[in-house]
Amino acid sequence: MGGVIEASGLGKAYRRTWALRDCTLAVPEGHVVGLVGPNGAGKTTLLQLAAGLIAPTRGTITVLGDRPAAGPAQLARVGFVAQDTPVYTRMTVADHLRLGAWLNPGWDDSLARRRTGQLGLDPKQRAGSLSGGQRAQLALTLALAKRPELLLLDEPVASLDPLARREFLRMLMEAVAEHGTSVVLSSHLVADLERVCDYLIVLVASKIRVAGEVSDLLAAHRRLSGPRRDPDTLPAGQDVIEESHTDKQTSLLVRTSEPVHDPAWAVTPVSLEDLVLAYMNPANEIPARKPQLGLVS
Amino acid sequence: MIEFQLDETSGVATYLQLVQQVHQALRMGVLEPGDQLPTAQQVVARLAINPNTVHKAYRELEREGLVRARPGLGTFVTRSPSGTDPATQGRFLAELAGWLRSARAAGLGPDDIEAIYRTAFRDCFAEGVA
Amino acid sequence: MIRLSWLQFRAQAVTAAAALSAAAVILAATSPHRGVNAGFYHWLYMAGIMVLYLTPAMIGSFWGAPLISRELEAGTYRLAWTQSVTRTRWLAVKLGLGCLVSIATAGLLSLMITWWGSPIDQLNDSRLSPLTFGARDLTPVGYAAFAFALGVTIGLLLRRAVPAIAVTLAAFAAVQVAVPLAVRPYLIPPVRTVSPLTTSNITGTGDGGPGAPGVGGQPGPNLALGAKVDIPGAWVYSVQFTLPGGSTNLGPEPQACISGSGNACDTALARLHLRQVVTYQPASRYWAFQFAETGLYLLLALLLTGFCIWRVKLRS
Repeated sequence: MGGVIEASGLGKAYRRTWALRDCTLAVPEGHVVGLVGPNGAGKTTLLQLAAGLIAPTRGTITVLGDRPAAGPAQLARVGFVAQDTPVYTRMTVADHLRLGAWLNPGWDDSLARRRTGQLGLDPKQRAGSLSGGQRAQLALTLALAKRPELLLLDEPVASLDPLARREFLRMLMEAVAEHGTSVVLSSHLVADLERVCDYLIVLVASKIRVAGEVSDLLAAHRRLSGPRRDPDTLPAGQDVIEESHTDKQTSLLVRTSEPVHDPAWAVTPVSLEDLVLAYMNPANEIPARKPQLGLVS
Repeated sequence: MIEFQLDETSGVATYLQLVQQVHQALRMGVLEPGDQLPTAQQVVARLAINPNTVHKAYRELEREGLVRARPGLGTFVTRSPSGTDPATQGRFLAELAGWLRSARAAGLGPDDIEAIYRTAFRDCFAEGVA
Repeated sequence: MIRLSWLQFRAQAVTAAAALSAAAVILAATSPHRGVNAGFYHWLYMAGIMVLYLTPAMIGSFWGAPLISRELEAGTYRLAWTQSVTRTRWLAVKLGLGCLVSIATAGLLSLMITWWGSPIDQLNDSRLSPLTFGARDLTPVGYAAFAFALGVTIGLLLRRAVPAIAVTLAAFAAVQVAVPLAVRPYLIPPVRTVSPLTTSNITGTGDGGPGAPGVGGQPGPNLALGAKVDIPGAWVYSVQFTLPGGSTNLGPEPQACISGSGNACDTALARLHLRQVVTYQPASRYWAFQFAETGLYLLLALLLTGFCIWRVKLRS
């Protein structure tokens, strides 16, 4: 069982600005991976590197064991839905399906027709006149009917209304259930991903802050609240991700592999959203000495 | 067959919500041994959740011995959760009701009572975990 | 991939076919093969030449320039490059098909207009003249292929369709001006003939060179001559006059030519035993030039194509 994406020291610079730096990552197979981070954190860069649309400046990346876009066979194994889901505005829905059939040897025409039927897309309609949600669904259909082993989606739901968003994710999850496709999808809103992701990568300021299975991450993080106290007095093995203090009270979000026994603390589990927001907050930059969970080092 | 619901504000992990809903359905008699659980595909189509979450919930239920996956057929209920003997349940219900009445008589309001219950509940189960 | 390219390029191909059909009808209806009537036909003749010069420019800017730039601008390249076809193949097929349609369009148009203009060309004997040469036979094919590849390259570099169209138009126009002036004359070394200048060919005399003109009716220091060159269909680069020794310094203009009669002038000139040196390309080299120039443009188109493929590959 190889990783769907393995990166080592991966970096991409545009002119002199690093869009992604020192990215070392091993995403295992069979997951729906959420790639979360604020806008401009490098999510699109990482996905485009994985899709082979751009080449790394530093380091290496392999996708399904091969260099991205290495050849037709590799391309056939990876589906990609780009940000803003570009389509050929002057071509019809049917033309797009034909495009998919012509360019992909593994094209599943019945799946494509079934999905466009379910979506109520008129095959004769020009793609330029589709709504944002329909366009996203068309792009997803193209990517799914290619029958890839890995599907990369760059902010697919960002521009959709809540109903279209739910519908899009529902279709995506059905495909995952049916074909066992691995998925990596990015978003700047963790709420979009909370339902569907079982693996999470948090990207902040072009670097990976945390990556791992959602259940492991949730199990390893606790919110502690109690009387005011200096976080430096915590036992080894408890790393503070986020802290806030009032005159009398201290509230911490810690990462720990051991249960917290200190009776002074009220210990509560954290939600995925709390966890991601704590990592995304630039005020909570982890000092370099502390290892980052889930990273292959 | 049961239909799962999802409460996104509860803070309870999705797979646990599914497990709990099966427990409840068994307790209420909605599900009985021999009944089939919805397939992962069906749950996913309804709730737009990760199929792995459904698999995880079903694995958990299987580990508890409540359901059994039959390859190619689906997942079926094998037995009801243990400790659901109606007589035992009735005894604890009566005891709790008695406690509630005495608390109310002592002048505690619903919020006070709920806070006490939650604290006791948490302490009790936290001990078990730790 | 070929089918997709065709789907995307179909509209252009249909436009081209329609334009070609219209041109065919007009040309057939006005064929000068039935007898030449100067006024109207001269206008049509010039129009045909203009159209043949404009066609490659239009192909380059409106077919070539948007071909890739529009995909880059609209982001659809991200859709195209993530299908199971490598981007080099994607580009090669798009370029190849577009180039083929461009070549066919320019070729057919050139064929029709060359046929239409052939009686007038024969009368004028002007096939090698810089203006007609680029609007006959093969050259428009080379221009079209080059213009298309140029447009694609510029579009790839600028990544935006409208600027790419404008820059392509300007760049192609510059090349079209530069090649007849600075490249075509050197494709094949010219022929140089030295022959005695018969006075009957002289069309006029005058002062030339430094110190001219002569002051107060006095002859200037250098004789300047005008003479007919009698080489049918030739593309004449230069005509020089020398003395029998080879010197181009002919001395002062004979007095007889300033104040005397024409006969006296002729006699005076005949005494100089002047030679006429003509540098030119003979009409027989027409096809050699056609092949050389078309080949040059096709080679450039090929180089640009190679550059585009290298550039697209680099991004992976």
